[in-house]
Amino acid sequence: MKQNKYVGQNAVRIDGKVKISGAAKFVDDIDFGADLLYAAVVESQFAHAIINSIDISEAEKFPGVVRVVTGKEFPFRFGLYMHDRYIFAQDRVRFIGEQVAAVIARTPEAAKKAAKLVKVNYTELPPVLNVEDALAKDAFLIHPELRNYQHVPWFFPRPDTNISHLRKVRKGDTEKAFKEADYVFEDTYTVPRYAHCAIEVHATVGLYDHSGRLTMWTASQSPYTQRHLFAEALAPLGISHKDVRVITPFVGGGFGGKAGVSMEIIGAALATTVKGRPVKVLWTRAQEFYNTYQRQGLTCRIKVGVNKDGKMVAMDNTLYWDAGAFVEYGANVVNAAGLSASGPYNIDNVKIDSYCVYTNLPPGGPYRGFGYSEFLFGLESHINEIAKKLNLDPVAFRRMNAIREGDILNYGGKMNPNGLIEAIDKVAAEIEWGKKEVSDDPNIAIGKGFALFWKAPAMPPNASSSAFLKFNEDGSLNILISGMEIGQGLLTVMAQIAADVLQVPTEKIRVETPDTDRNPYEWQTVASHVTWGCGRAVERAAIDAREQIFDTVERALGKDRSTLYLEDECIKSTKEADFSLPLRDFVINGIMKPDGTWRGGPIIGRGMFMPEFASALSDPETSQGGKPNVHYTVGASAIKIEADRQTGKVKIPKAVLAIDVGKALNPDLINGQITGGLLQGIATVLYEDMRYDEKGKLLNASFTDYKIPTAMDIPGEVIPIIIETPQPDGPSGARGMGEHTMIPAAPMLANAVEDALGIRIKSMPVTAEKIALAVAHATKEKELENQPK
Amino acid sequence: MKREINFILNGERVSIEVASNEILLEMLRNKLGAKSPKCGCDKGDCGTCTVIFNGETVRSCLVLAVEADGQNVITLEGLMDSGLTPLQESFLKHNSFQCGFCAPGVILSATELLAKNPKPEKKEIQEAIAGNLCRCSGYSPIIDAILDLTKEA
Repeated sequence: MKQNKYVGQNAVRIDGKVKISGAAKFVDDIDFGADLLYAAVVESQFAHAIINSIDISEAEKFPGVVRVVTGKEFPFRFGLYMHDRYIFAQDRVRFIGEQVAAVIARTPEAAKKAAKLVKVNYTELPPVLNVEDALAKDAFLIHPELRNYQHVPWFFPRPDTNISHLRKVRKGDTEKAFKEADYVFEDTYTVPRYAHCAIEVHATVGLYDHSGRLTMWTASQSPYTQRHLFAEALAPLGISHKDVRVITPFVGGGFGGKAGVSMEIIGAALATTVKGRPVKVLWTRAQEFYNTYQRQGLTCRIKVGVNKDGKMVAMDNTLYWDAGAFVEYGANVVNAAGLSASGPYNIDNVKIDSYCVYTNLPPGGPYRGFGYSEFLFGLESHINEIAKKLNLDPVAFRRMNAIREGDILNYGGKMNPNGLIEAIDKVAAEIEWGKKEVSDDPNIAIGKGFALFWKAPAMPPNASSSAFLKFNEDGSLNILISGMEIGQGLLTVMAQIAADVLQVPTEKIRVETPDTDRNPYEWQTVASHVTWGCGRAVERAAIDAREQIFDTVERALGKDRSTLYLEDECIKSTKEADFSLPLRDFVINGIMKPDGTWRGGPIIGRGMFMPEFASALSDPETSQGGKPNVHYTVGASAIKIEADRQTGKVKIPKAVLAIDVGKALNPDLINGQITGGLLQGIATVLYEDMRYDEKGKLLNASFTDYKIPTAMDIPGEVIPIIIETPQPDGPSGARGMGEHTMIPAAPMLANAVEDALGIRIKSMPVTAEKIALAVAHATKEKELENQPK
Repeated sequence: MKREINFILNGERVSIEVASNEILLEMLRNKLGAKSPKCGCDKGDCGTCTVIFNGETVRSCLVLAVEADGQNVITLEGLMDSGLTPLQESFLKHNSFQCGFCAPGVILSATELLAKNPKPEKKEIQEAIAGNLCRCSGYSPIIDAILDLTKEA
């Protein structure tokens, strides 16, 4: 019995050829024929205003215009975790760029021109553009009806305020612990908003035919969640789930930006107004910046109590999130971060308040890392500062306090098996921690920075995955899932998992992107959970198919099933060396018995996975009692920089990231996540940030003004380190790792800047400009100090 | 105003009527079915609309369709007459691309580079593809695949 291993191999992506040959179709590549209509959206010019009236008469007369739609036709509230959002603005607008109306026309040009003719009469309201203003006693309420909003049971809105959710964590007795601690260190760190910048913009085509069927083609990470929200939001029109079909072809990058439902709801609603004709909504790059989800801004006030021996005994972390105009998705980012904002440390006394604050900026939402990137900037910067003040080595300080298997989590559960200590040690060795380096160029300062990270999937406790697996006549397979290939390599890894169980080579397995009419349920492709959750569903489907194969052979040939096994695309027996029946001979047509009758039939495996141990129910005042997180993935990362004292420009000769993936199902794809995720993280700290003017208008809504890294901006080398401490409930022991590769980048870079130049920058991004100014300022201070008194 | 233009697209003679303000990218995608060049920004920033125009890569979102009159245009579709090119094979082997949206543009930029400079240094590769934004890969797997090819050659 020689079992081939497919899991753990560097398999070439099964979607490699389709992508490098240009054959991969994205939504905007699909042809819909001459009947296709195009929509253009009328957008709010004000961050906060009452809509008095909308005059569409001129737009309706414009040649080529088919229909003009306003919010009056869709007075429905909807949302993922909280129903606080409208398809089109109703009585008021809440951010600049919000959709107020739409024009459907024969050509994109006609739609755009006519959209400019729609006249909206507004009365401006005072815009609430930051968290301080939103939390002020006399703050203008952005959602006066907050108390009426339907939401998931783990949200705790504060009616008559701009606080849409407050996640409170209370573990131990922080008050007492701070009193008894030898030292207490407190500081404030800020993080601006960020854009995902997937290279493919959001696109959707909707067709509502005369039979009442709504088909949506969307660039999405979440076909089933979209189907559910379309059905829910449009239920007043008599549309039910079975009538809605969501087809998601390849997606040109997601990073959380294409999770849930954002602009796609416009396409769905518009389709219902032009029955029988497909209508396309294609975002411009500018709209991509200002009217999809953005990563939320954060102000983090952190206080840590430490004993003389370096043991952290108490933490108080208050997080104020600038969550934007609608928080139907973003409030869950606030929630997830709130539960975990102590970082991967074992601290007996923890107090966390995570405030989800409405502002008149575009809606916040999921972005790779789901809140963890944001709080880790403050936390891991602060940890470094504490170590420095206590004269402790920052890595040794982290290692001493690092969380270990069985330690009590903030909400009371126990930490899962993990290789955090191994990660710390391996990264420290690889970056040669402790070895001071000096440049030959006196203008260049070399520094090293370190950061730990952890992240759990943020998902409802009943988030499920399912899979169908169909054999074909030649023994090849098609696997149907609704986990989405967003670049991470899901299709390949799912094929590897099935290949392992069924002993059929990965090349003989096809896995395609979802169509909700054909592919079974998947919650969403977010939270770095699909390798784990969808992987378990595929594994179970493969096992189900294998059992059916054994069953057929047992019934047709009378073989003892306990002796049967699969090998090299055949079924064999441990008892009969010469028995070997190719799968292709019977997986569709069955096996003939001596009397001419047949046994078996098409082998179709079915698998499902739901984490039945998870629970979101806990005490709202303390978060104790539930099990909201299925597991944490942990790791460590370090960076070496060369900082130019005069220009502030930072070069990165080397970056290292170690992550405990449980089991590397495809190491090459994991390395790809590390290389890509690290650069995305580095970009948030060195180059990017969203800038708004005093009226709430985004100033840099283009790649010209919002610079993302090019091939010239990569580190000299990136060293990925894979650690494998099996996750007991993962497929072959695997756990998620996609988002994690981005989240330690910001603090480790800020720490490296501090190490190199002795300056601590507490607000992201840490740009060359900020560094140069801080160095100049520090130099001046020194000169003043040295002046004779 | 419309006029007829004649040009060579992926080795095939094409005659087509275009508006004077029509963009090359739109014509290729919407009228000629060449969907590998994509629109990522419409401003020449992202490079997903890259095509080879008389041997040089251009951003087809910044070129008027009428400018193609009498010229030679190659999209990714036109590179594969005898199967995948060695460059594509190397990208495949290295799992260079994740979502794949930028791939057609990157492949054309790298194809132009290798045509002009069969043994580029890492720095030259970085410069050659610097106009093609990729948000997934961190670029290293793309650069490695090109470097690997120059070693084999």
